[in-house]
Amino acid sequence: MNPSPGDKGNLLEVRGLRTWFPIRAGILQRVTGQIRAVDGIELNVRRGETLALVGESGCGKSTLGYSLLRLIESQEGEVLFNGQDLCSVPPDELKDLRRKLQIVFQDPMAALNPRSRVRDSIAEGMECFGIGNNDAERTQRVAELMERVGLDPRQMDRYPHEFSGGQRQRICVVRALAVEPEFIVLDESVSALDVSIQAQMLNLLQGLQEEFGLTYLFITHDLGVVRYIADRVAVMYLGQIVEEGSADQIFESPRHPYTRILLSAVPSVNPDERTRPLRVQGEVPSPSNPPSGCRFHPRCPDAIERCSLEMPELETRPEGGVRCILAPE
Amino acid sequence: MLIQAHVISNYVVAALVVGVLLLGIGILRSRLWRRSLGTLVKRRPIALGIVFLYILIALLDSVSWVGGTHMGSRGSEGADLVSLQEPQSVIDRFFPRDFQEEGYAHPFSSTHFYTDKALRYPGRHILGTDINGRDVFHLSLSGARIALLVGGLTSLIVIPIALFFGICAGYFGGRVDDAVFYILSTLASIPNILLLIVLVQAMGKGTLQVCIALGITSWVGFCRLARGESLKLRELDFVRSARALGASETRIIFRHILPNLMHLVLITFVLLFSGLVLSEATLSFLGIGIDESWGQMVDLARLELARDPVVYWNFFGAFAALFGMILPVNMLGDTLRDILDPRTLSEDS
Repeated sequence: MNPSPGDKGNLLEVRGLRTWFPIRAGILQRVTGQIRAVDGIELNVRRGETLALVGESGCGKSTLGYSLLRLIESQEGEVLFNGQDLCSVPPDELKDLRRKLQIVFQDPMAALNPRSRVRDSIAEGMECFGIGNNDAERTQRVAELMERVGLDPRQMDRYPHEFSGGQRQRICVVRALAVEPEFIVLDESVSALDVSIQAQMLNLLQGLQEEFGLTYLFITHDLGVVRYIADRVAVMYLGQIVEEGSADQIFESPRHPYTRILLSAVPSVNPDERTRPLRVQGEVPSPSNPPSGCRFHPRCPDAIERCSLEMPELETRPEGGVRCILAPE
Repeated sequence: MLIQAHVISNYVVAALVVGVLLLGIGILRSRLWRRSLGTLVKRRPIALGIVFLYILIALLDSVSWVGGTHMGSRGSEGADLVSLQEPQSVIDRFFPRDFQEEGYAHPFSSTHFYTDKALRYPGRHILGTDINGRDVFHLSLSGARIALLVGGLTSLIVIPIALFFGICAGYFGGRVDDAVFYILSTLASIPNILLLIVLVQAMGKGTLQVCIALGITSWVGFCRLARGESLKLRELDFVRSARALGASETRIIFRHILPNLMHLVLITFVLLFSGLVLSEATLSFLGIGIDESWGQMVDLARLELARDPVVYWNFFGAFAALFGMILPVNMLGDTLRDILDPRTLSEDS
């Protein structure tokens, strides 16, 4: 719940983004189906804010994150970054744009090359984008950044396995920061850390956001973390955004039934408080064969007949919206 | 005057030694490799020592020059048996120039095996002599050069090719993968020994020809391995983040894929090596091997095993030399596999 900087313009606008993975079968490897991991996403990320993307496992959160950076190619839709469509830029211009968009992954051990020294990992982006004139300058910058996130610059010649989990994640953050990005996708970046380290990490991320004017897309399934860091929240279910709104609105008065169920699953800090988690029926349907009408209707406690027939549209209002025909105003 | 073949081969050996030393220094600059090597020395000192001994013998046998003296030589005698113009290697010079009898002699014997005629060097042939009267111990030592040449040269052919195709197939996938796999499957479906015979017959006998033939038949396995690993690495987060950091495909391959395959290269090299030396023995058995290799010694000796009294030493010399090289190499290969497993990276520090 940071006070957002004055400029409220959109840094990133996602329009009808669609990333499907073909399912191939048989001897001829014919496409027999599509996994609709990201299926028509509409999303705005404002400059300087932290937008949390929440949803259960397999709903396409990470695929969306990768698609934004074009680490996975999307089939349809636009990703407008500062008004420029990332999905249609030619490869040579893509490189310059990539510098502005970075990602920090969930598992810092897998995100660092085990056979590269930490300084080489961090300096890689600077070398690729030609930041710094020579190795000495880059090393200097690596040292400064390491110091900034609370790492000992004298350890830059070590290998990733010689650091703790929290330190490794800081290295990943430094690596992303080194190329001076404007937008960082944090893909479950604190989920692999234990709770005390998580808090430090979140504080560090907030500090860096203010210092460097960063915009975060914070992908997570941990609503406690969302409450702590997010300005706005987007809830994702089966490849679609079902609700979007300010963090206060989402937590105080969720409008989509799925959001309400998600929130009721968060354990309370007060052990005496009686909580009655709302029950969901059934399992998440397969993204290769999504239900008709509203994607959530087979599991929705409030579903009526109309829900299975027509797919509700996501409201497009500046303060957010909901994708449900029954949503209270 | 023309530069003679042995002089060229001396230069080649010198270049090879320098190259290996430079490569070694390059590898040892990385702390990870230094530590792995330290562990290897600690765990398998004897096997390493034996392998180095073989390498030393092969190197000494590769450096030769005309003239000079032989150990235990008695003046200029033997000039009629071995031409004075023929270059002699360092190993040759450990033996007298005319260290040659007229036929079989039992180890340490002072007379010939079938006749009672006295030997020229009674009691000095510690592994006896073969049918042509050549000293078996000397032949066994000389075989090390051929073995290392077969194993080393073939690996040098196999590994770059297999790595190139494996990485291309695994990293780029799609059509490239299909094409590479088509070649692999075709090669793998032809019986190896048949293909070897055909290739050697087509190219003719000779060291290089045999190495090329062995190379063509043995790159399939490592290529598959390299493809599988590249396929796995391609999907890892550090490759993804390198892409997000603007790294080109070439850079990703050389900075992220290849270094994470190097341990496989080393393990494969060691295990491939022993397999190749044994394959050469098989080829010699079929009569298409390399002259004066251990395989050929075994081939020449196999008929003698049926004699009574049995002539065993010829066979034994080649077998012991072969076994003495393959066993430590295989042990090193297994230990390397344990040490270089990337999962063990995080254990200690």
